Amino acid sequence: MDGLELVKLFHADPSLIYEYVIETYELIRKVEDSIKSYITLKPLDEVLKECKIVSDKIKDGFKGRLAGLLIAVKDVISTKGLLTTCGSKMLSNYIPPYDATVIERVSAEGGIIIGKTNMDEFAMGSTTENSAFFITRNPWDLSRVPGGSSGGSATAVSAYEATISLGSDTGGSVRLPASYTGTVGVKPTYGLVSRYGLISYGTSLEQVGPIVRDVSDAALILSVLSGHDPRDSTSLKVEAVDYTTFLKPIPLKKYRVAIIKECINEGVDSSVLSSFNKSIYRLENEGFEVSEVSIPIIRYALPTYYIIAMAEASSNLSRYDGIRYGYHVDVENKLWDEAYTESRSYGFGLEVKKRILLGTFVLSAGYYDQYYLKASKVRKLLYDEFSRILSHYDVVITPTAPSLPPRIGEAISDPMKLYLSDIYTATVNLIGLPAMSIPADIVNDLPVGIQLIGPRLSEGSLINIAYIHEVKSGLKNLIPTAVRPYV
Amino acid sequence: MSNLNVKIGLEVHVQITSLKSKLFCSCSSEYRGKPPNTNVCPTCLGLPGALPVVNIEAVKAALMVALALKCTISDVLVFSRKHYFYPDLVKNYQISQYDGIGSVAIARNGLMTINVDGKTKPIRIRRINIEEDPGKIIYPTGSLLTSKYTLIDYNRSGIPLLEIVSEPDLTNPKEARIFIDKLRSILEHIGLVNPELEGSIRVDANISLEGGSRVEVKNISSSKDVERALTYEIIRQSKALEHGEVIRRETRHWDDLKKVTISARVKELEEDYRYFPDPDLPPFKISKELIEETASKLPELPDQRVERFMKTYGLSEYLANVLVSEKGLADYFEDCVKICGEPESIGNIIVNDLKRWIDELDLSIYEAIRLFPQKDLCQLVDLLNKNVINIKILKEIIPRALKSGKSASTIVYEEGYVDISDEDVLLKIIDEVIRENPKAVGDALTNPKAINYLVGQVMRKSKGRANPELTNKLLIKRLNELSRASSNAN
Ligand SMILES: [Zn+2]
Repeated sequence: MDGLELVKLFHADPSLIYEYVIETYELIRKVEDSIKSYITLKPLDEVLKECKIVSDKIKDGFKGRLAGLLIAVKDVISTKGLLTTCGSKMLSNYIPPYDATVIERVSAEGGIIIGKTNMDEFAMGSTTENSAFFITRNPWDLSRVPGGSSGGSATAVSAYEATISLGSDTGGSVRLPASYTGTVGVKPTYGLVSRYGLISYGTSLEQVGPIVRDVSDAALILSVLSGHDPRDSTSLKVEAVDYTTFLKPIPLKKYRVAIIKECINEGVDSSVLSSFNKSIYRLENEGFEVSEVSIPIIRYALPTYYIIAMAEASSNLSRYDGIRYGYHVDVENKLWDEAYTESRSYGFGLEVKKRILLGTFVLSAGYYDQYYLKASKVRKLLYDEFSRILSHYDVVITPTAPSLPPRIGEAISDPMKLYLSDIYTATVNLIGLPAMSIPADIVNDLPVGIQLIGPRLSEGSLINIAYIHEVKSGLKNLIPTAVRPYV
Repeated sequence: MSNLNVKIGLEVHVQITSLKSKLFCSCSSEYRGKPPNTNVCPTCLGLPGALPVVNIEAVKAALMVALALKCTISDVLVFSRKHYFYPDLVKNYQISQYDGIGSVAIARNGLMTINVDGKTKPIRIRRINIEEDPGKIIYPTGSLLTSKYTLIDYNRSGIPLLEIVSEPDLTNPKEARIFIDKLRSILEHIGLVNPELEGSIRVDANISLEGGSRVEVKNISSSKDVERALTYEIIRQSKALEHGEVIRRETRHWDDLKKVTISARVKELEEDYRYFPDPDLPPFKISKELIEETASKLPELPDQRVERFMKTYGLSEYLANVLVSEKGLADYFEDCVKICGEPESIGNIIVNDLKRWIDELDLSIYEAIRLFPQKDLCQLVDLLNKNVINIKILKEIIPRALKSGKSASTIVYEEGYVDISDEDVLLKIIDEVIRENPKAVGDALTNPKAINYLVGQVMRKSKGRANPELTNKLLIKRLNELSRASSNAN
């Protein structure tokens, strides 16, 4: 049963919330040790107290759209009074004194935060192997990574340890793990969802995005999260939309689909390619008009993405100096610079330090024009190119990732391959468009995802298309191998 | 000093004290006097995930200053991050503005004229930036050297600042002082700055002598100290150059207790602040409408006020300029004229006497007004017109009032500048004399001639200023009252 159906039940009979919560905790007890989705899991008794509050409110007529649902939150989103580590030693003791806007919105609709999920340190990575604490395993194959950086959020939902999770997507960090775990992940239009309280990595690229087990829940949670927030200057001044109205098994308009030639080339695994083609046929059978387009400039997208992300990261992460909060070293008899150096040397992991150094370099006098400024220009060209294509087409479809989920350790030994896993997703972040990853196929008991990219604020159409695909493929509420013995 | 070819440029940091809230959050801008670290929120503490939102009032304030300084206003507002690690800076970058590749200052290429010894001199304004103030570092013993630890108070973090940068068009320390005073007067007239608040104006001064390098003296808090610091630097540098020493490019601090500059660090290279446009704050279009709206709210500025003072009150250009150099002084003048007219003599007295003593005693105009309010000056002018006092006495009274805090009229009487013809004042002295001389009073009650002794006592007590006729009359009146009272008692 998905979140949308559960909430209807809870509205009718709030006592069912307890049953649902206890059952979820029972499953967590069985699978969490091998998967390790959570950095912080709230104790059951604490969550039951919150259930009581929600169920009492329902009895008083509360009709919260997420009433009673367990929501897992990536540890990069600020939660008042609840440890928020960013997967880093640097923030291993940081408890925010305030809630992110998305947390306020979820709570106002009766959603219950169950815990904080594992992630690559400061969202830098594609496997969740860069967490300072432990790795998270893919519930479909425990020897494989779940993708990243929102790996814990994807596995928590995939393994039924929560119904909905929130991740953050800077270059594919929601869509990639969704693709690797057979779930649905949405990267909203830049500015549709508030970033207030989302701990910044690549400011101009990232959005909070949900990971769920079917398209209906994507529509549900996106309706709650989206809408203007005056506390975020990059928030778009748009009214909230009820995306569940787009959950129709027929096309709400005649959709024209573009396939980018450069995204289905030799760099893609054959199994991914055949799954991708299967999905395209499904849509063609529903009357979608599919054409191939070429965007040669897309080969510059990944370097552009990394320059901008690292530049912004080097700036965003400069605040972590161990003085006001976070990893603190003994400062006695040290100069400020010495204290900073020490806390940042020990507090940050290797990948984070690498990106800070590269980001510092590209912003340095004499290099700024060559790197950051040039990247900004390429970014504009990509934006223009996609705008041109999306004036003729309603959606661009690509594989979400070029390959199946790598084995643990495999990506670390080949960092270029790791960076390439973002190749189809990162472009979207550069130009602020909405995109979602949906399950396209199961190959050898491993899920494969495709990515739908639409024009700005076209989330409704994307949900409609994804829903049609889901109805035709039957790929929803998938049960991964690690969970099967228990359901 | 003129042959040294001195070039001085100033960077003036001004807190926009008229705003209610900080630059990027809703915390109060009144941070002074609050317990440490209580005037803060996630944004001005730079907590992870907290975001800035521009206080539009600060932008309007900057536009107003830009218009007053005849700047070219940028058509977009771009905030940039200026990176450097320092514990008072919560994010280890300051949200500021940058005039360079990829960014732009809110305003550039302005002009401000200063009046030096009766001559008008234009000083170019390079640019105006909006930026956030950092927190405040506090050394518990008051000194960096002897303190075992450092305290940081972030109450000030995020207070809106304007950075106003001049071109190096100033050629001596006096011009620098006049520049700052004029700028402050403009800011006061616009109503953005309360200069009485400590630390609301801070200056970094760049100075170079021919054959030397650029030396920056940081953090000077008054125009007088700017003049002193620059004079100190000219003497120090020219002596060094005379001895064949090399003037290094460096930053120095002004020690305002010892009145010397101290080397802080030698700058080999321009510090790399890695400016880039702050992605949390998308560029904001500065519309024509906003500029026009701001222009329509621009009040009378010092230059216009000088002209009006000359035209309306018939003041000389010199008098008008000195009066308008401080808004408080100009307001004081106009208040007085409203009370008692006489703009010319009022103007002269304020400029030649009051202002001189304010400077000499190192008072602010506002302190001076509390000690010597407008009505006191008007009273003195009235006495002067009636020939009760002469101009010499008036000139003596002003410093006495400023030093003692006594009202001008009290000083006039106490110091014996006029006859005491005030019945109340006289009666007070008479009553004292009666109390102190019971025997003479008894004599006088029976023998009217004995009254002369008492009159003499009153004259002595008043240092000869009591009006004798009036004293006689009042003394007789008092004695009659006494005799009636004693016969009633019997
Ligand atoms: Zn604040």
